[in-house]
Amino acid sequence: MNKTMMKKNTIKHNDNIPNSTSKLLIHLVFILFSLLCVVPFIIIISISFSSDSYIRLHGYSMIPKVLNLNGYRMIFADTGQIFNSYGVSIFITIFGTAISMWCVATIGFVISRRDYKFARTTTIFVFLTMLFNGGLIPTYILMTRILHLQNSLFAVILPLLVNGWSVLLMKGFMRSVPVAMIESAKIDGASELRIFLYIIIPMAKAGIATLSLFSVLLYWNEWFLPLLYIENMKIAPLQLLLYRVMSNAQYLASSFASFNQNLLVKDIPTLSSRMAIVVVAAAPMLPVFLYFQKYFVKGLVIGSLKE
Amino acid sequence: MYTNKNILKRTDFDLFVLALPAVLLLLIFNYLPMIGIIIPFKDVQLGNDIFSSKWIGLKNFKFLFSSPDAFIITRNTIGYNLVFIIIGTFVSVSFALMLYELGRKSVKVYQTVMFIPFFFSWIVVSLVFSGLLDMRYGMLNVFLEHFGFESIAWYNEPVYWPFIIVFTAVWKGAGYSTLIYYTGLVGINSELFEAASIDGASKMQMINRISIPALKPLIIMLTLFSIGKIFYSDFGLFYHLPNNSKLLYEVTQTIDIYVYNSIKVTGDVGMSSAAGFYQSICGLILVLFTNWIVRKVDIENSLF
Repeated sequence: MNKTMMKKNTIKHNDNIPNSTSKLLIHLVFILFSLLCVVPFIIIISISFSSDSYIRLHGYSMIPKVLNLNGYRMIFADTGQIFNSYGVSIFITIFGTAISMWCVATIGFVISRRDYKFARTTTIFVFLTMLFNGGLIPTYILMTRILHLQNSLFAVILPLLVNGWSVLLMKGFMRSVPVAMIESAKIDGASELRIFLYIIIPMAKAGIATLSLFSVLLYWNEWFLPLLYIENMKIAPLQLLLYRVMSNAQYLASSFASFNQNLLVKDIPTLSSRMAIVVVAAAPMLPVFLYFQKYFVKGLVIGSLKE
Repeated sequence: MYTNKNILKRTDFDLFVLALPAVLLLLIFNYLPMIGIIIPFKDVQLGNDIFSSKWIGLKNFKFLFSSPDAFIITRNTIGYNLVFIIIGTFVSVSFALMLYELGRKSVKVYQTVMFIPFFFSWIVVSLVFSGLLDMRYGMLNVFLEHFGFESIAWYNEPVYWPFIIVFTAVWKGAGYSTLIYYTGLVGINSELFEAASIDGASKMQMINRISIPALKPLIIMLTLFSIGKIFYSDFGLFYHLPNNSKLLYEVTQTIDIYVYNSIKVTGDVGMSSAAGFYQSICGLILVLFTNWIVRKVDIENSLF
């Protein structure tokens, strides 16, 4: 034991010099890449605090020469839209995640039950949705012509509630609950709903928490469904508002001008307000997601390795 | 005492009811659209009825495949995905191997920072990139002009976009995929490395003989899953990042964007429903095919 320890130490010592330079190189690679990850976002923050006249003269810059809050003033002056969109996004995220977890957990529990007659059939039923889909056009016709969900938040919430991937993950989490526990609860006369609520949910808490995070990220960042089905800006989530701002540089300016009629369009801080709205819309959720990052990975690793 | 049979029956019924909401949702939002697979064979427009419209055979497919679009959208969809798989895997495996050499604290810091782009939607990322690429005020053009070069109209020049798209895709996903491979590395029995170092193995030898072989199943699985999705493109990347610039369509239009535009812009879904059909069928074949390969490699990891 002692001998191997000594040997290891000497080897470490011999390797020391090349090791530290290679470590330095590795640090250099990651510092460069980290800068690539952070700098674009710093530029946005910097633009949001710049004045339009400065930008028009010198272009965007890393650090604003003069701090200017006009961009923020403008998006908060026309309070309606940004607060509205915040509310819509929060509603979709909370409501969607809650229902999604209920649906995914129940079906995950049911197909994890070996004594359920249709467990296999239901698993295949879930699984086929992962292999094949009808595509965008049939889905669009269904949503607009048959279900009439245009300009309804249901169009954003409902399609994302259940997907095969999370059901199969959930089933894996549920399988970890000992069968004996379920059986003894049944002998005591507990109904399936009671078993699900009082035994399964507490036992599968970690799994449900992981999948909830995925769901929160999914709903919070969802822009495709709003883009397809929502035109009414009163129920536009943040991502759709951002899309409008991006695709039409004048979007904020024109809505603001119609709001404040005595303002000249050229005085409106179009450039800085565009980026101010990105900062206001995107920044608050970042610390939350970063805080929970390890759960995101846990979920995917389990998913890709199938338990 | 109740008979066993009764309890079983009740169990089945109760469980069926519990699963019902999810089953109904899948039925409506996943199975009903599958009927729409007949749409390209019929004269369907967004306004009229699927069932009463008349059959037109393969006309939509003939039109689609005789147009230059079919080739471009297929090439872009598959080509970019292949490049993403190759470069993305290379970058994230190398990053993971390098992270493994560092101490816990630095790993944590780098991981967190690399995760930042991952958590933003493509819309936010595209707005952020417009700060770099904007033709008049963008940082890149400010730099170019500062050093006496001519500024570039980024959103009008297709030449640059294959690089921009590949770079951004890898950049946004690197944090996530690196962490997956890093987790794989952490799972390796550390005694292997200790034994190798006692035997005087160099770092490169350990990477080649221990780390890479240990990651191999993970690399193969993730690659095969990506190949299964090769007919589907990341809509946000190809639509928002180039700001949906028509001048760039040659290098940015994928099957998904072609289909989306037919709904939202032209309103003529004939040819695009054929494209969607072709995408769904090829996607299915590829999933079945890759799963067949996965089963050969490692039955544990196959989907079915």
